[in-house]
Amino acid sequence: MNNTIGSTGAATSVDRRGAGPSSNSAIELAHLVKKFGDVTAVAGLDLQVRPGEIVAFLGPNGAGKTSTIDMILGLSRPTAGSVQVFGLSPVDAVAHGRVAAVMQSGGLLKDLTVKETVQLTASLFHQPRPVAEVLQRAGITEIADRRVDKCSGGEKQRLRFAMALLPEPDLIVLDEPTTGMDVEARRAFWTAIREDAAAGRTVVFATHYLDEADSYADRIVMVRKGEIVADGTPAEVRAMASGRTVRAHLPNADQVMLAGLPGVTSVELRGDTVLLRCEDSDAVLRHLLLHTSARDLEVTSHNLEDAFIALTGPGGSPGSGRAAGTGRTDHTSTRSKS
Amino acid sequence: MSATTAPTSALGGRAGHGPVSFSPTYLALDVRRSLRNRRTLIFLVVIPPAFFLLFGGGYRHSDPDAFAYVMVSMAVYGAMIATTSTGAQVSVERSQGWTRQLRLTPLRPFGYVLTKVASALVLGVVPVVMVLVAGGFLGVDLSLAQWLKVAALSWVCSLVFAAFGLFVGYLVPAENAMQFIGPLLGLMSFFGGLFEPLNMMPQALQNLAPWMPTYGVGLVARSPLTGSGLTLLHVGDLVLWTVIFSFGTALLFRRDTSRV
Repeated sequence: MNNTIGSTGAATSVDRRGAGPSSNSAIELAHLVKKFGDVTAVAGLDLQVRPGEIVAFLGPNGAGKTSTIDMILGLSRPTAGSVQVFGLSPVDAVAHGRVAAVMQSGGLLKDLTVKETVQLTASLFHQPRPVAEVLQRAGITEIADRRVDKCSGGEKQRLRFAMALLPEPDLIVLDEPTTGMDVEARRAFWTAIREDAAAGRTVVFATHYLDEADSYADRIVMVRKGEIVADGTPAEVRAMASGRTVRAHLPNADQVMLAGLPGVTSVELRGDTVLLRCEDSDAVLRHLLLHTSARDLEVTSHNLEDAFIALTGPGGSPGSGRAAGTGRTDHTSTRSKS
Repeated sequence: MSATTAPTSALGGRAGHGPVSFSPTYLALDVRRSLRNRRTLIFLVVIPPAFFLLFGGGYRHSDPDAFAYVMVSMAVYGAMIATTSTGAQVSVERSQGWTRQLRLTPLRPFGYVLTKVASALVLGVVPVVMVLVAGGFLGVDLSLAQWLKVAALSWVCSLVFAAFGLFVGYLVPAENAMQFIGPLLGLMSFFGGLFEPLNMMPQALQNLAPWMPTYGVGLVARSPLTGSGLTLLHVGDLVLWTVIFSFGTALLFRRDTSRV
């Protein structure tokens, strides 16, 4: 469903508040660097997020996702480079309610009720949305009088979401928002976000859940060691780990011979099962059926998880893959997208 | 503020502007939150009059001046506990990420400190009233002007401890700043002459007392009793401690907001 709003389509959607010519981007990161002592958390990121996009920031722990988000929100200062949010500095963008965030944890006072927390936060904004409205939009009207420390992780996260809705921001940033939630809570949370984003809000979320990025984003920006290793639609990013895997039952397989077949990139033996990663699965299948005793053949295309491992694993090659514009599509994915 | 220099078009024609310094709603909710906490209530409502009876009860019939002395001292002590603990809440709220969350709102970082000071002063009223009402019932005999002056001074002087609480709150990273502050306040109160009239204490302690932040506060708050009036020295002592704690808080606060 999400791919109906491709990144090019999103680019044409106009900021609802008619931002000026200086702010065509919701987020503009230029050569962004963040160092903590000797450790480089963010190593020169360049990124533009257009208004209306739903962007997943995907990467393993320590990839620099949270450091980048902190700089977008003005919670920390870049070591080098610049951040602009709707053409403003992050601190100004926050002060003017253009950007709001749902942080991963913390940020709530345990002994306030849900409603009091929202009331308090509302009182800090100019012309906030009504408290009852944001509670309803976040789906927490029923627990308005519950104390924060009696709320589940998912309820707290929806409370943070309600707080983020108060200024009616043009951009919502979510930092690993569903960490620790069960499947049901995750689904409920994303449903609330999706319904809300349908109105044209820009959403940027960090996650290390692949299925979340795949299901809810129009665009995936994959980061590794503080650098962007892939940037494109979920289909494009999936295609980056291109090719298929052929799996067959083949006792006493000749590994060297199989590796020599045209288009085969790797051969793995698991007992009597052989796994062939290849560019041209048709040729491999033909060979296996005609010239070997292989049976139980199976072909799978690579999913986002394969791309993720290929691009963010230790062997991945940063900077090698800008998926956008390569035009590759993944036509026979075994994963059906809902 | 750079907000004023930003092109208006980039602000999208949004009504309302920039940073916020203070929110009465935040103050009201913060006070209500403290008053809901049973432990805080005990420290505000029960402990100050109880200590007044404990330390001053013996003077009730024998020495009315000493009785009044302890009453005012205990009003100061109660206000001090209230304001220090409220100030020190920043320690807990920082560790819970609340101050970070506030930075995602237009509230200025200093607006948070301002709210905490205001909240501390509002709560500081409670023990002052409790102790003075108890004193009135137990026969402390003051003129109306004296009552009002004593109440106002005990309360205003607790400002120095709001600053002290904030200082400790920004200094101590742990959640349990109060467990360390409680005994510290007790010691400072004892050595500063809040629990016992100073002239009844050994000379060595009398010499030590002026170095305590509690000393000047006690003198100023009790000045309406003795009729000696406020001396510049005592007020200066109070101001000095307030400046010291405020300055320390400001330093730690800046470190805190720039780091995050």
